[in-house]
Amino acid sequence: MNDQTIRTRSSDSANPQPALMPPVNVVEDAQGITLFADLPGVSKDSLHLNVETDVVTIEGQIDLEVPEGLEVTHAEVSMPSFRRVFTLSKELDAEKISAELKDGVLKLRIPKAEHAQPRRIPVDAG
Amino acid sequence: MYRTLFPRDVFAELDRLQSQLQTAFDISPSIRGLARGGFPALNVGSTSKSVEVYAFAPGLDPSQLDVQLEKGVLTIAGERQPTASGKDGDATIHIDERFSGRFRRVISLPDDVDPNGVTALYRNGLLHISVRRHEASQPRRISIQ
Repeated sequence: MNDQTIRTRSSDSANPQPALMPPVNVVEDAQGITLFADLPGVSKDSLHLNVETDVVTIEGQIDLEVPEGLEVTHAEVSMPSFRRVFTLSKELDAEKISAELKDGVLKLRIPKAEHAQPRRIPVDAG
Repeated sequence: MYRTLFPRDVFAELDRLQSQLQTAFDISPSIRGLARGGFPALNVGSTSKSVEVYAFAPGLDPSQLDVQLEKGVLTIAGERQPTASGKDGDATIHIDERFSGRFRRVISLPDDVDPNGVTALYRNGLLHISVRRHEASQPRRISIQ
């Protein structure tokens, strides 16, 4: 496989609202690709995963319990939402993506299409 | 004739711009890395009754998180395990941006915080620490007789 297996899109013209880009890890094995994304403060209900042909969009809103009259003195997380868009390569099966969200970490499993999985070719001794 | 194109010293002007940028973004390197952008990212705010600290620390076991308050200094420490790199050994890492390893962040709180009034809640990878402030320092309306 090459570097183009999952391509990060730097900008998404359909969605101009600014959002934070979550850090991700992408690991590939023979059966598919696993993507981990850090989405702290994002609950299951405020996470939106969208797959459109070969484009996966991860979007999430941060749920903060803010008491009344809070005056922010220091902010390293400056925006209330996350967004990141990935383009899948052809051998990945976008219809079989499974997702799991635990403690603010999203785990996406994208299996490879059957025809793209490694096969051992038997050799007949002639 | 070129003098007119550069009415002032262009290099002095660039120097000035650069130092302005540095103050604006605070990119002077510290010996322990950048002052901002550590793990976990912190947001801090206060009300008249409490100081609220939000630590964006996804993927941690709350029992492994160490939160301490000592003499007005709040310390958040712990360790984040690296992602398992697949079951079989032939896994390829394409992107590796997430933090792993030990971390420690220290915040000094205002003098009027009550060390007995601390609550910490870990939910969805967000650690919310609320520290009560002493009642004496809370604004009070004085009734006029």
